[in-house]
Amino acid sequence: MSQQDTPISTDELQAWVDHQTDADASARIATIVARDAVLAARASAWASQRNALHAAFDATLDEPIPQRLLDAARPPRPRWPLQLAAALACVALGGVLGYALPRPAATPAAGDPLAGLPRAAAIAHAVYVPEVRHPVEVGAEQQTHLVAWLSKRLGSPLTVPELGASGFMLVGGRLLPGSEGGAVAQFMYQNEAGQRLTLYVRHNAASPETAFRFAAEKDLSVFYWVDGGMGYALSAKLPREALLQIAELVYRQLQRGGAPG
Amino acid sequence: MLSHAELVAEIPRLRRYARALAGDRTRADDLVQDTLQRALERAGQWQGGNARAWLFTVMHRIWLNQVRRPAIEQDEGEDGLPDSPISPLQDRWGDRRDLEQALALLPDTQREVLLLVALEEFHYDEAAEVLGIPVGTVMSRLFRAREQLRRLLGGEPLPQPALKRVK
Repeated sequence: MSQQDTPISTDELQAWVDHQTDADASARIATIVARDAVLAARASAWASQRNALHAAFDATLDEPIPQRLLDAARPPRPRWPLQLAAALACVALGGVLGYALPRPAATPAAGDPLAGLPRAAAIAHAVYVPEVRHPVEVGAEQQTHLVAWLSKRLGSPLTVPELGASGFMLVGGRLLPGSEGGAVAQFMYQNEAGQRLTLYVRHNAASPETAFRFAAEKDLSVFYWVDGGMGYALSAKLPREALLQIAELVYRQLQRGGAPG
Repeated sequence: MLSHAELVAEIPRLRRYARALAGDRTRADDLVQDTLQRALERAGQWQGGNARAWLFTVMHRIWLNQVRRPAIEQDEGEDGLPDSPISPLQDRWGDRRDLEQALALLPDTQREVLLLVALEEFHYDEAAEVLGIPVGTVMSRLFRAREQLRRLLGGEPLPQPALKRVK
């Protein structure tokens, strides 16, 4: 065939196949391709390739997006040094919690060893819950190791409650310094919506067992109690009633898990 | 500044491209995860405009730095088809594995441009921007990718190109 019969370049042929030509050019190229079997075969093969690529990979578009990618798309929180963050959290929460913590009947008297529990738990919650990359030191996939390690450091056998019934799954845990020099364990849970709650566990040998007590700071709710010489505080940005149900779930399992036998 | 929702809306497209590019689901999602983190870190550099093209650009740079083999080992020159004969995998399109195998056999430079244009349907100048190469190079790599893929998948042996390439 003569050059005159095929006055189009490979670039033009590609643009035509890729729908990147304007209407006039499309019409002209279509006419030429229609008369030329070689061009037609090539254009058809290229179009088939495109269809095959879509057939092979478009399913990815409909897959649920993995949680780790959703997390990665979340803007990072400002990364303060932890001590500064903790200090700021102290100022922010301490002031308000001091008032918001149950002043009425349930308020622990000054000097009550339970007094600092919800505040310390709320601060630890505020510091670690926003962490995207390192919310915990040991992840849930190493749960046996996590429990053994924290039990050893606290000097008491710990139980990690299973909260699947409430939609929260264990993320993992970390060791924290307690206010009186003792070790504290923090377990973190997360639900499918990415909401997190923490269970703060420390020794409270000096306190008698208590019923649930409730404290709140803005939208952060804290249920705390003492059982078997251990102080527990469950913190989450959940309504009081919703958190109470989870607290009961925790309490029942700790009783069972902690029972001698 | 890209919003969280805008970023999330692009994840399926980024995953599809990464999946076809890297050929492996885990590596692909690693690439997407790094892309999202980098995009957030550099959100200040985004001038507005085409968010999708910008995200693909970010991904391409990470791909270049972390994953892709050096281009010097694989680029067979700007013109012409590869010298070594390539045996067709099969004489049909049907099997998706054939396509994935054939894609994996393409030089990375060719696979990138083919996927951006044929799968992600970027305009040529957008693909050029994403890859950081001239539009003319996009066109020549695209042509080589298509013809090589055709051979790999057992299309008709090509006659010498009858057309003169216009640069």
